[in-house]
Amino acid sequence: MTTAELLNGIEFDKDGYMVDAGAWTPEIAEALAAEEGITLTDRHWVVINFARQEYAANGDAPTIRRITKRTDVSTKELYQLFPDGPAKQAARIAGLPKPTGCI
Amino acid sequence: MTATATAEQNHDVKAKKQKRKLCIIASKGSLDMAYPPLILANAARMSGIEVHIFFTFWGLDIINKKKIDHLRMTPVGNPSMPMPQLLGVLPGMAALSTAMMQKQIEKLDFPPVSEFIEILMDSGAHIYACKMAMDMMGLTQEDVVDGAEVLGAMEFLEIAEDAQILFV
Repeated sequence: MTTAELLNGIEFDKDGYMVDAGAWTPEIAEALAAEEGITLTDRHWVVINFARQEYAANGDAPTIRRITKRTDVSTKELYQLFPDGPAKQAARIAGLPKPTGCI
Repeated sequence: MTATATAEQNHDVKAKKQKRKLCIIASKGSLDMAYPPLILANAARMSGIEVHIFFTFWGLDIINKKKIDHLRMTPVGNPSMPMPQLLGVLPGMAALSTAMMQKQIEKLDFPPVSEFIEILMDSGAHIYACKMAMDMMGLTQEDVVDGAEVLGAMEFLEIAEDAQILFV
């Protein structure tokens, strides 16, 4: 299945976030990352897995501050991993709704 | 939320957002007025918006090494404070409201100002110290946080030419 085919079957909201976080798979993450111009590495996965775990527990994508406090990813690295806005990009690739936290 | 969009439309939304650039002028140095520009700048960086903050006049205190961890707030002249204005002038009231706000900041898990500035620097936000305000207060590059660039108002306006500008 090509990337386009994979994403075609998925429903997104108007901002490009997946409507159903449950429909997410790691392959979809790879495809969404490619759309953002990102090739996922182990370090990206640390953030993505943490974000999904937090969402499952709290019903909201984690804030940047929470990610940097609870994982070994620093603010600087986080911005290197997701250069076009870590809060939005990480949540989108993780198949989560747009984060609501302020910091 | 029932709206759906194709991958192509998503791309358009993204391209439009990436072009955004925000310039913030921070002119106030009290504890309560230090946070709004910092929070907005951080939210912008988290969303992938380019950010430049120009600290001028009392706003310089926010990046002044000696003052950064000692910003205070005063209940006097602040109509939002939940106390009669006359009480605000009593000795100890400024310290009390400062302590109250610091507690609130901690409760919300907002970083202290110095840590916030570090986070912003790490996030790639550009931080400038107003040259004229520094001269006025007798400050040099040594007095402001590392990584802050001393800049004149005209130069800042050049940077802000294609940006949205916010004055705090």
